[in-house]
Amino acid sequence: MKPVIGLEVHVELKTKSKMFCGCSADYFGKKPNTHTCPVCLGLPGALPVPNKTAIEWCVMLGMALDCNIPLFSKFDRKNYFYPDLAKGYQISQYDEPFCLKGSIKLGSGKTIRITRVHMEEDTGKLIHENVNGQGITLIDFNRSGVPLVEIVTEPDFDNTKDVLDYLKKLQQIARYLDISNADMEKGDMRLEPNISLRSNTTNTTNNTNQQITNKLPNYKVEVKNINSFRFVEKAIAFEIKRQTEIIEKKGIPVQETRGWDENKQKTVTQRVKEEASDYRYFPEPDIPPIRWNDKKLLMIKKQIPELPDTKKRRFQKQYNISQYDAEILTREKTLADFYETCVNDGQKANLTAKQVSNYIINKKIDIESTLPAEIIKNIKALTIYLRIDESEIKKIVERVLNENKNAVGDYRNGKVSAVQYLIGKVLMVSKEKLEVSRVKKILEEKLND
Amino acid sequence: MKINVKHVAKLANLPLSQEEEKKFEKQLSSILEYVEQLNSVDTKNFEITSQITGLENITREDKTSISLFQEEALSNSKSNHNGMFKIKKIL
Ligand SMILES: [Zn+2]
Repeated sequence: MKPVIGLEVHVELKTKSKMFCGCSADYFGKKPNTHTCPVCLGLPGALPVPNKTAIEWCVMLGMALDCNIPLFSKFDRKNYFYPDLAKGYQISQYDEPFCLKGSIKLGSGKTIRITRVHMEEDTGKLIHENVNGQGITLIDFNRSGVPLVEIVTEPDFDNTKDVLDYLKKLQQIARYLDISNADMEKGDMRLEPNISLRSNTTNTTNNTNQQITNKLPNYKVEVKNINSFRFVEKAIAFEIKRQTEIIEKKGIPVQETRGWDENKQKTVTQRVKEEASDYRYFPEPDIPPIRWNDKKLLMIKKQIPELPDTKKRRFQKQYNISQYDAEILTREKTLADFYETCVNDGQKANLTAKQVSNYIINKKIDIESTLPAEIIKNIKALTIYLRIDESEIKKIVERVLNENKNAVGDYRNGKVSAVQYLIGKVLMVSKEKLEVSRVKKILEEKLND
Repeated sequence: MKINVKHVAKLANLPLSQEEEKKFEKQLSSILEYVEQLNSVDTKNFEITSQITGLENITREDKTSISLFQEEALSNSKSNHNGMFKIKKIL
């Protein structure tokens, strides 16, 4: 049996204000219900007006994912009753989303098709508590109305490794575009895999039957609202195992929504929000539609920086570094920019891009606390050491060992610290600056001969 | 046209008595029949629209404005606790 996996990912945008009102979208850790107004509290008569930046960022993400951007788009109401949604509906997009039909290419070479990328609003936060032995639910609407982008894929995954690669790439692109912090711990990214199994038993050569086995399974299990890559991995692995067992007993897994329970290390059936998922979508009457023209779309496109994959390929070619090094250096845009500044500065000091990348990667440089100029200085110092011939150092070492027979004896009798004394002597005798680790290595080789 | 009033009421989160169900089933059906008359209009040369205001691209700049005070936000709530709206436990 082969897993068939699709993904829905919600990414919270880091706009200053909310999606349809001017309340601050920076709600994390703030006093409850202090970032609200009639619009995001869903009070009657309030008029939502969409945030231009949020819409442009949604389109920008769609473009970065190679989507088509239809010239006409609109918002719709998705109706359901749940206490985190004050209006009784969520403003979302149904049949005319901002972005359609994109793709992401994975490290494995596989291409994942993206069905759509659309804009919607976040809900309030529910907190379940026990007060005086009574179970209550508390609602904080600070998050209500914060802009969310939903990215939906086709069921193109068949293993968790690809799922994780996809999620990391998506997170990286959102960060490169600077439209979301995509911080899992703060709930900026929420993951919903849908999983089913396709049997690959081909016990017949009949053509029509073969077609049937290639069709998608007639059920799917959705796991909702996962906020960690690790949990997604575990939830998918668990579902594959659970569903395999059901199918092996000739059963069919129930089509349902489940949640990942980290304490129990398993997925559990969730009470469904609404008995029938009949959202009665209809066009949002309060928000006029959005129409693009080529000029406006071009303006958005121009704001897209060089994206990770392109940057990685360019680094490999332009700086003559390995794919692995390019991968590390482009993982975050700030590091990539830092590297390029160093390479530029390094050129003036006759350092190659490869020397710079080796240093930054091997020394695990903290770019927050180091200046490019320091990096160049340090590499320069290292390269001077390296130019001194090994035989030159060996000569000095021989001399020092001959002149310090006592220390040599101490070392050979187990007093390892004597080597420090000898290193000091070598450094003193040498006219050139020597690298301590190199001297130590040569000394120890001789001493242990 | 027959309408499943129970289903519609459930989706709309409306508690209806049996009498009301009967009453609204009739009323909703007749409303639908009335609106159905639109089907007789020839719309061949009209574009489909969901907005008749003629407005497009009404957006706002990404700027924050002042929100309500917590007390104001909670002032219409039936019950609150620690600055939050309080309801019966849901799952
Ligand atoms: Zn608001």
